[in-house]
Amino acid sequence: MHAKTLPLRMKRTGDSLVLDGVLVLLGLFLVAFIVLPLVMVALRSVYDRNDAFVGLANYIAFLDTPSLSQSIGNSVTIALVSTIITTLLAFAYAYAITRTAMPGKGVFKALAQIPILAPSLLPGISLVYLFGNQGPLRFLLMGESIYGPIGIVLGEVFYTFPHAVMILTVALSTADARLYEAAESLGAGPLRRFFTITVPGARYGLISAVFVVFTLVITDFGVPKVVGGQYNVLATDVYKQVVGQQNFGMGAVVGMVLLLPAVLAFAADWIGQRKQTALLSARSVPYVPSRRPWCDGAMFALCTLIAGLLAGILGTAAFASLIRYWPYDLTPTLAHYAFAEVDETGWRSYGNSLILAGLTAVIGTVTVFAGAYLVERGPASAGIKAAVRLLAILPLAVPGMVLGLAYIFFFNHPGNPMNALYGTMGILVLSTVVHFYTVSHLTAATALKQLDAEFESVSASLKVPVWRTFFRVTVPLCLLAILDIALYFFVNAMTTVSAVVFLYAPDTKPASVAVLNMDDAGEIAGAAAMAMMIVYTSAAVRLLHTGASHWLSQRTQTWRRR
Amino acid sequence: MTATPYLRLSNVVKSFGAFQALKDVSLDIERGEFVCFLGPSGCGKTTLLRIIAGLDPQTAGTVEIGGRDVSRLPPSARDYGIVFQSYALFPNLTVARNIAYGLKLKRKAEEERVRELLALIGLPDIGAKFPSQLSGGQQQRVALARALAPSPGLLLLDEPLSALDAQVRLHLRRQIRELHCRLGITTIMVTHDQEEALTMADRIVVMNHGEIVQTGTPGAIYRAPATPFIADFVGTMNFLKGSVDDSGRIRLGSVHLHSDQPLTPGADVTVCVRPEDVVIHRPGPVNTVDMRIEAMEFLGPFHRVRLAADGFGAQPLTADFSANLVRDHRLATGDRLPVTLPAEHLRVYPVA
Repeated sequence: MHAKTLPLRMKRTGDSLVLDGVLVLLGLFLVAFIVLPLVMVALRSVYDRNDAFVGLANYIAFLDTPSLSQSIGNSVTIALVSTIITTLLAFAYAYAITRTAMPGKGVFKALAQIPILAPSLLPGISLVYLFGNQGPLRFLLMGESIYGPIGIVLGEVFYTFPHAVMILTVALSTADARLYEAAESLGAGPLRRFFTITVPGARYGLISAVFVVFTLVITDFGVPKVVGGQYNVLATDVYKQVVGQQNFGMGAVVGMVLLLPAVLAFAADWIGQRKQTALLSARSVPYVPSRRPWCDGAMFALCTLIAGLLAGILGTAAFASLIRYWPYDLTPTLAHYAFAEVDETGWRSYGNSLILAGLTAVIGTVTVFAGAYLVERGPASAGIKAAVRLLAILPLAVPGMVLGLAYIFFFNHPGNPMNALYGTMGILVLSTVVHFYTVSHLTAATALKQLDAEFESVSASLKVPVWRTFFRVTVPLCLLAILDIALYFFVNAMTTVSAVVFLYAPDTKPASVAVLNMDDAGEIAGAAAMAMMIVYTSAAVRLLHTGASHWLSQRTQTWRRR
Repeated sequence: MTATPYLRLSNVVKSFGAFQALKDVSLDIERGEFVCFLGPSGCGKTTLLRIIAGLDPQTAGTVEIGGRDVSRLPPSARDYGIVFQSYALFPNLTVARNIAYGLKLKRKAEEERVRELLALIGLPDIGAKFPSQLSGGQQQRVALARALAPSPGLLLLDEPLSALDAQVRLHLRRQIRELHCRLGITTIMVTHDQEEALTMADRIVVMNHGEIVQTGTPGAIYRAPATPFIADFVGTMNFLKGSVDDSGRIRLGSVHLHSDQPLTPGADVTVCVRPEDVVIHRPGPVNTVDMRIEAMEFLGPFHRVRLAADGFGAQPLTADFSANLVRDHRLATGDRLPVTLPAEHLRVYPVA
């Protein structure tokens, strides 16, 4: 009686058309600011200094230069060792915070964030102070030099630790107490419960953590820049080739090689995505850890040790920035904070960083959360969602160095209508939002996936517009995650060096680059002082965040309690 | 029957790639009816419900609600309330706010309506609580109240009781049924629980492999299942393999049975009889077999008895004998007794 052959298309409401439009725009944004620039790097890698097409000549030259090709092995070694150490420590730490009844969990949670407050140059600077040629702890290395693999791994573990803890805490914090009660009633011991409920429940987070850490390490530039010595890694090679030797073609080749971990990160996310289902419904009963004196005590000791080491490294830089001359003249002074003495931008770079971080936090959080919402819960077709999800993961795989390089090639291209952005604060904000897109996206997506799958269906049946449910239900339920994302953007924008080091102009130079410049110029105390300014700022914002989160938990999350 | 049904599905097809989840489904539902979609998991019943709700688009076919073609309309443009298996209550809103979620009334009127609904579901004092502070059964009723709040013309229930324990389930079955009687709202419930369907529905739509295999009242479905699949799925059933002899009787081993159904001589058939239709010898010559009690299972009001006969092709027969009957006849394991399979209660299906 009616047409049976033509596939029916559902009439779209205005709402859902707008939502789809926004998602497509977001997809285009990511294509324009991550895919196209990367294409430019790929193209660039087959041209020489004089813009002549040379095919794979740059790659051959790269492999023929022992100092360069050896960097691959160095980078992978450092990344593997650092990933194993960081993930194990971070899992234990996150477990202690979420699943034990040890005292001081809030404090430990805050202390784990110490490294995230500082640019990755800071652990390098502190390690040099502690273990360098005049370092008081040099004897601990038993003749080995801090300049090289030891220093890099130590610095990287410090630098990546909070990232892993952040992901694993989220993964471990959403447990359904009923599973544990069930297991306990079936006679499963604590160890069995740990391996059959806790670890499987957190496996998505574990996979994410491993790949985030691995990629962060292999692409980090700050730590090896300061304590790498003669031990070359890929990230420093890019910098040397581009900034040192103006060899853009070779820089692009190294950049392309650095992109390889991307494949692994993709695969990992793909595996994780398939397995993830909603863990928290209205019927779930939140897990409340009970007292286990032995376990709590051991975890408390471990966390104290880890947090102590983190604080010690930070404290070293803080202390050194406030005394006249490490380690010989310990007279207190603020002289190192008179930045204009050693760096022509002076305090202005600090102001630039505040602007950059503020804009990044606001623009980044809105973009990421809206994007993740549309991908996870929007009305768009599965194909569009999958495409945007892939695009959102892409930035994780792109090292800051490569992103910076890509933006040079892309925005500096005379044919690009967005050429005017080059050298402005706009390009710094853009690159920072894109650079830190993935982890924020995963945080948002994880939170969104934990909501009941039928919220939107129920709203539609009640004729409530999508946006109303978004603001009344989705956002309030995800508010803690949203605050986390905003903080993540702000602090990373304060501390990042790798992408912006290629993109700043003299009047937009951020504080982190000033640290790098001062360290390069041998003004280590000045570098430490500027690094500490970044830390103080990040810490202050972090405190604000903690206060706001606490207030929120008290006020709006009453429903979480049994 | 009235001229236009409240809900009309015409030739609805749903394909996922090469897989057809629904194959040409057509169905009319009258205003005020309580209809259950019953079938095993994967039979397409939830897919059909979601198509009625507009949550998933059908590949082909039309959906009419209240005489209006809504085939291409999004959920918000259709007129129904829905309760999901997970309830999907908003955990950050109180019960009162959850119920009021779809209401577009002035504050006073809204409060009044919420109070009304809380009274309707028999939980007048929980308005200020959050969903996580309620039991599963209470959450279920709140979800029901939320769906009913805007007074929709159609109520859709997607396995609403499957997450609850038996006691609560029995209680809620009755309560939903009473609610339906009181409000007269056309209701469709998806379930895989045949007992639930039998006790609650005015009419049952049995589905399997993406097709409707039978529709009818619970009594009709139970007494005259259209296929062996339905006979097996709904209630308990004896399946006996046999064939039809030249005189149109059924042969089971050395036993001959009469049936009220017309039969094709020579055909292989499956004979079905409900355990409670098997009786101790009834006057009259036909369909009586001497059998032995192999085992007895005490189930309170009745005994489930496993019977066997030598001439029966080694097929066991299950019979439900009431406690009275067992007592009066002093039945015990090992006893021999004449058993009648009444011709009017035999269902005979050709073997495909």
